[in-house]
Amino acid sequence: MKNIYTRVFRGTNGLTNLALLALVLLVVLPVSMPIFRLNLVGKYLTYAFVALGLVMLWGKAGVLSLGQGVFFGLGGYCMAMFLKLEASDPVSTKIQSTPGIPDFMDWNQITHLPAFWVPFKSLPFSLLAVVVVPTIVAFIVGLAMFKRRVGGVYFAVITQALALILSLAIDSRQGYTGGRNGITDLKTMWGWDIRTHHAQYILYFVTCIFLLLAILLSQWLLSGKTGKMLLAMRDREDRVRFSGYDVSMFKVATFCFAAALSGLGGALFVLQVGFISPSLVGIVPSIEMVIFCAVGGRTSLYGAIYGTLLVNTGKSLFSETFPQLWLFAMGGLFIAVVVLFPDGLAGVFELVRKKLKPWLEKFRNKPSLPVGIPGTVNGDQP
Amino acid sequence: MSSNTNFLLAIEDLTVQFDGFKAVDSLNLYIEKDELRVIIGPNGAGKTTVLDMICGKTRPTSGSIKFKNRELIGMAEHRIVHQGVGRKFQTPSIYENLTVFENLEVSYPKGHTVMGCVAFKRTAEVIERIHKIAEEISLEDYLEIEGAFLSHGQKQWLEIGMLLMQEPELVMLDEPVAGMSQSERELTAALIQRICKGRCIIVIEHDMDFVARIAHKVTVLHLGKILAEGSMEEVRNNPKVVDVYLGH
Amino acid sequence: MMFAYSPSELWSIFVMQGFAGLSLFSVLLLMALGLAIIFGQMGVVNLAHGEFMALGAYTVYLCSTLVANHAPKLQPYYFVIAIVVAFVVAALVGLFVEWSLIRFLYKRPLDTLLATWGLSLIMQQSFRSIFGAREVTPTLPEWLMGSFKPTPNIDIPINGVFVMGLTLLLAFGVWLFMYRSRIGLHMRATVQNRTMSGAVGINTKWVDRFTFSLGCGIAGVAGAAFTTIGSTGPDSGSRYIVDTFLVVVFGGSASLLGTIASAFGIAQGQSILEFFLEGTAGKVAILLTIVIVLMIRPKGLFPGKVRVA
Repeated sequence: MKNIYTRVFRGTNGLTNLALLALVLLVVLPVSMPIFRLNLVGKYLTYAFVALGLVMLWGKAGVLSLGQGVFFGLGGYCMAMFLKLEASDPVSTKIQSTPGIPDFMDWNQITHLPAFWVPFKSLPFSLLAVVVVPTIVAFIVGLAMFKRRVGGVYFAVITQALALILSLAIDSRQGYTGGRNGITDLKTMWGWDIRTHHAQYILYFVTCIFLLLAILLSQWLLSGKTGKMLLAMRDREDRVRFSGYDVSMFKVATFCFAAALSGLGGALFVLQVGFISPSLVGIVPSIEMVIFCAVGGRTSLYGAIYGTLLVNTGKSLFSETFPQLWLFAMGGLFIAVVVLFPDGLAGVFELVRKKLKPWLEKFRNKPSLPVGIPGTVNGDQP
Repeated sequence: MSSNTNFLLAIEDLTVQFDGFKAVDSLNLYIEKDELRVIIGPNGAGKTTVLDMICGKTRPTSGSIKFKNRELIGMAEHRIVHQGVGRKFQTPSIYENLTVFENLEVSYPKGHTVMGCVAFKRTAEVIERIHKIAEEISLEDYLEIEGAFLSHGQKQWLEIGMLLMQEPELVMLDEPVAGMSQSERELTAALIQRICKGRCIIVIEHDMDFVARIAHKVTVLHLGKILAEGSMEEVRNNPKVVDVYLGH
Repeated sequence: MMFAYSPSELWSIFVMQGFAGLSLFSVLLLMALGLAIIFGQMGVVNLAHGEFMALGAYTVYLCSTLVANHAPKLQPYYFVIAIVVAFVVAALVGLFVEWSLIRFLYKRPLDTLLATWGLSLIMQQSFRSIFGAREVTPTLPEWLMGSFKPTPNIDIPINGVFVMGLTLLLAFGVWLFMYRSRIGLHMRATVQNRTMSGAVGINTKWVDRFTFSLGCGIAGVAGAAFTTIGSTGPDSGSRYIVDTFLVVVFGGSASLLGTIASAFGIAQGQSILEFFLEGTAGKVAILLTIVIVLMIRPKGLFPGKVRVA
């Protein structure tokens, strides 16, 4: 029992952070806003999955990927393909030249369902694919790159190229993928209408639960030897290698983990927002997701969630009132986070906590205990 | 050509060339179990390069390195470690952000794969072994201190301790007493002699008194070739060695 | 596909695609030259490189407007001067950026990536706010217009030839500078051994600043050259940044020869593929090929010693 307490929840500190986040996500937000705004928050939370993955990959393992949109998109498209097929049953599509296939295929004079769409008629397959497809792609790319000791900037640029390639590929084949407009007009999942307010509430809570579970899983992984290994690898890769570890496999595993999380986020996005398009797969969204993670503090799991919410809320507020200024602000944010606030929100939080510690001690009358940043290993700084 | 050998480590005809420059030239070196071999020589003689080739960091141009009759050339670095080869680097190479305990724990020879890491448990056996090694390297009282806060000498000992955790059969120490005080050097000499049992050790060093204290056999390298080999006495009195390295 | 054409038509297609490929080659090379200097020499990843190009293009546009409004007689002559101005403007802005931002980030290449992306956003929005969101074109001088036709089937645009000529001139100039001048020597020395260079009296800080500005200046010239073959909008720069990086990385970032070979190979490959597959599919195919090759041979075609792996 105590082991679970320390390893999964990370002791009192971790429990407090978890409780706080759960409170905000599950109580405060749903109560304080109407469903259409909550739905927006739900959308932002799906981005947070990607940011979480980046905390593990970039913050902990030191590998920057500028192409996480690829995995977000793959997961999203898998889910969208299932939903689209369901919405394209022969009865609803009877006005098409070929009923029973998605509308965009019909517009492109395609007369039967392409082979790679067929397995997505099955819900279990699609659900599995949401996580498995990104993992497999990450495995292949990761193995090829990490075994050859490609890292750092080279790796980042190649992931960026992959994001470009996938978004262009989807864009260019409108008949098979829905092209630039993406896959839209999604209605039901196994008969359950996902467009109703009721459904949106449920999907929001499902997203939150999955997110919290993902955090717990990550914490569990980090608390053991794996966490220490990632830290060791980030600081002294050579030493780790000469201690008998195959460093590349660790990087591959972390890359796959981040990919799987992103895929899950993508699927939840499709369910809540009702469509997917190449605009969520390419270079720009991929690098934005990096900034969500960076604002949170790069190595902080909880920070990533708050960072995502903060930046996205800022984005919608800003673009409503000062559309011209938004890009300036975004650009400035990138620079500020790198130059001025490398520890992001987590760093600010830690600063506040340090200032408050003497007050809290007086109040509790307890001796000082070493305190860690939420979500990091042993309170280490990046 | 290489043949079956009784030696724990058999290096034959080892050569490595960088852009036409031969850093190590047709080297032959044989080390037995329980032997403590010290390699000395002027800077640039190729000493560290030999260690680099044994542990897989550098690929030789030709030759053979056999450990326990197994060819090491071409093997991945982490596999070579699994064979039982441990290396301490010239500059202390420990994990600064982990405690001494964690530094040692991470070097425990179980849980090297990803799944192994995830499933790794800090059992009583692990803890006991860590305490034993910590005592061996005089860091028993420092287990909860982060690596970054150790003194230079302590970092060297920690690195040796990390090696010992792996239960290696070949230990390679590159300048283990560089930057240490006299008393620290004595402790290190005693440590190295203790761990020699059941293993073979290669030490690269420049401190001749230290070498004299610990060496069973000394090999002198110069320009990638062996200049002389023998006991410390023999080598010290060898006129070629005196000329090139030890001075008058 | 290929068999629908007669041999002479096929030949003309290849020649024209070849020239189109050469045009693309000069574009890629111009962009890659500046980046190769900054990345290959300094290990700095400048994601705002495309924006420096756009800066050069917009400078030429400004010159064009100024000349049209105040000195219409200079119309036929202004263009070459405008190119020089574009170089200077881009180099100066690059100097400022290095001084205010890049120099703090040399030891952190991944952070430089993110910071320069932020810079590119700021620059893009600046262009949008100053010049508007629609694309603009400077008034090009007469002698750049039109094409010449060696045979009835082959149509070679003059501006394409101009761009190519400029590219070759610039490539030669860069080579001359890097390998035959004192400053170039200092630059190469700093890359290979920074501490020693500092110890022998080379002011490595100024070398860095100069190198970065030079790379940006070349980007400015690239932008100026582009105005002859296309219009300029706020996001023109970002359109080709990934391609440029791939060209540099594919060629083995430390080698000038590698960059040239890589740009040539990629341009021709893309040109031919684009003709036989449809537009974007051709681009996807070539990008995928490059990435796969890079996965097999990560250091590129002509790997050299780079500061950052």
